[in-house]
Amino acid sequence: MIWDVHTHLHGVEGRTPEEKMAQLIKFADRMGIERVVLFMGYPFVTDPTPEQLREQNDQVLKAISHYHDRAFAFVYLSARHPDASLRELDRCVKDGPMVGVKLWVARRCHEVEIDPLIRRATELKAPILQHTWAKAIGNLTGESHPADLAILAKRHPKAAIICGHTGGDWAIGVRAIRDCPNVVADLGGSDPTTGFVEMAVRELGADRVVYGSDAGGRSFASQIAKVQGADIPDAAKRAIFKDNLKRLLTPILAAKGVKP
Amino acid sequence: MTIDTNAHLGHWPFRRHGFEDTGKFLDKMRAAKVDEAWVASFDSVLHKDVAGVNERLAAECRERGPGLLVPFGTVNPRLPDWAEDLRRCREVHKMPGVRLYPNYHAYSLDDPDFVRLLRLTADAKLLIQVVVKMEDERTHHPLIKVPAVELAPLPKAIAGIAGLRLQLLNCPVPPAGEALLPLARAGVFFDIAMQEGVGAVSRLVDRVGPDRVLFGSHFPLFHAESALLKLKEANLAADTERAIRSGNARTLLPT
Repeated sequence: MIWDVHTHLHGVEGRTPEEKMAQLIKFADRMGIERVVLFMGYPFVTDPTPEQLREQNDQVLKAISHYHDRAFAFVYLSARHPDASLRELDRCVKDGPMVGVKLWVARRCHEVEIDPLIRRATELKAPILQHTWAKAIGNLTGESHPADLAILAKRHPKAAIICGHTGGDWAIGVRAIRDCPNVVADLGGSDPTTGFVEMAVRELGADRVVYGSDAGGRSFASQIAKVQGADIPDAAKRAIFKDNLKRLLTPILAAKGVKP
Repeated sequence: MTIDTNAHLGHWPFRRHGFEDTGKFLDKMRAAKVDEAWVASFDSVLHKDVAGVNERLAAECRERGPGLLVPFGTVNPRLPDWAEDLRRCREVHKMPGVRLYPNYHAYSLDDPDFVRLLRLTADAKLLIQVVVKMEDERTHHPLIKVPAVELAPLPKAIAGIAGLRLQLLNCPVPPAGEALLPLARAGVFFDIAMQEGVGAVSRLVDRVGPDRVLFGSHFPLFHAESALLKLKEANLAADTERAIRSGNARTLLPT
């Protein structure tokens, strides 16, 4: 069975969060996905206001409300609004059912304004998934390069950090996070290219690689293929598909008294 | 039966994919239960001696994978005497079709030579495959950025060409937007390699029709498993899945 560290409601058919979630789970069932980590609502907002952050997190809370046995949720925060984000972090993680943090493209993650969020998430034992891309066509203004994430990770060595998309251009992303032992690589959200997982396992070790899809924008199928088709041992595939994410979430689940 | 309409042989200049040796390529195809693979050479993309590329491709398919590997040579209408390459593909190498790379070969789809190539290909009763992109533009080498093929001129280019059989490879059909639907109505075929999103293939079938969709993996740049798993995710009716796996391809390219 598979645990998926990176899913969205965006791109999934349905008129409400509940309908979209049911649809997502239907496809997850078909593909052997046991658990999904869900974050951000719809439509995608690249630079959300505090009100929009709250709305999007409320959508996710609604979506998971009937799926606590299948879905974990990460709270969507923005380093452009640190104070409001700290309030959302407490509302959704400390006092709510969410178990991690998602940061997207509002502000590059090496900037120090993000530090209060990282410190608070670490106190709560919440893993932080930061979107990264190294785009040949140029990043968005607030979009983090994987090298930005390495700077952040070294500033916060006790934080549990997930490198979203492994930088997209994985040959660059893997190198960027190689000497950051507190960073794991999220495989989701790029084409199912041969060689990606082999390089990640070779350079990071299998225990620093986690399966993610970026569904609904991506299919579960193409992203599963990256691991299933990789020339790596079966034990490594099992770790990537489930064990590594489970280990990453264990501290916060234990703190919340949730049985994984 | 499964016919993979979108695969390549050889070395890709920008990274190792692990199946550079044709023997290893064939092992993977057989393991994936692919019965027939329509293959071009990666050398088609950047080499200028495409006559040599096509000759080597034909020999490799004949010697290493008879029955399984079906060669698709390339024609570059930017090169002098390109019509001779088309003639050799058909008459000398007995290829059933040609694969074009308009973006890497630097021409647009309203180029008069491209339109002439379409006419000659139709007259020769060859299938024509147009590769829309090879890799995500965001991951290109910084000195070799190649935008995807602009498809807007294609409906006009193909209008009125009797007997034309045309497939777009690696052409994502977005979940919304109507831009590509006229192409489907004009008889253009699509493969599934770069269709993305949950249930992407079933959505593609709904949008362009089950008779317009072909199985294609983009192996070995992509894992062969990706296209196969997409069929599982789509959960299509059995006859639709059969059509996509092989029926539509067999109609397009009778044995």
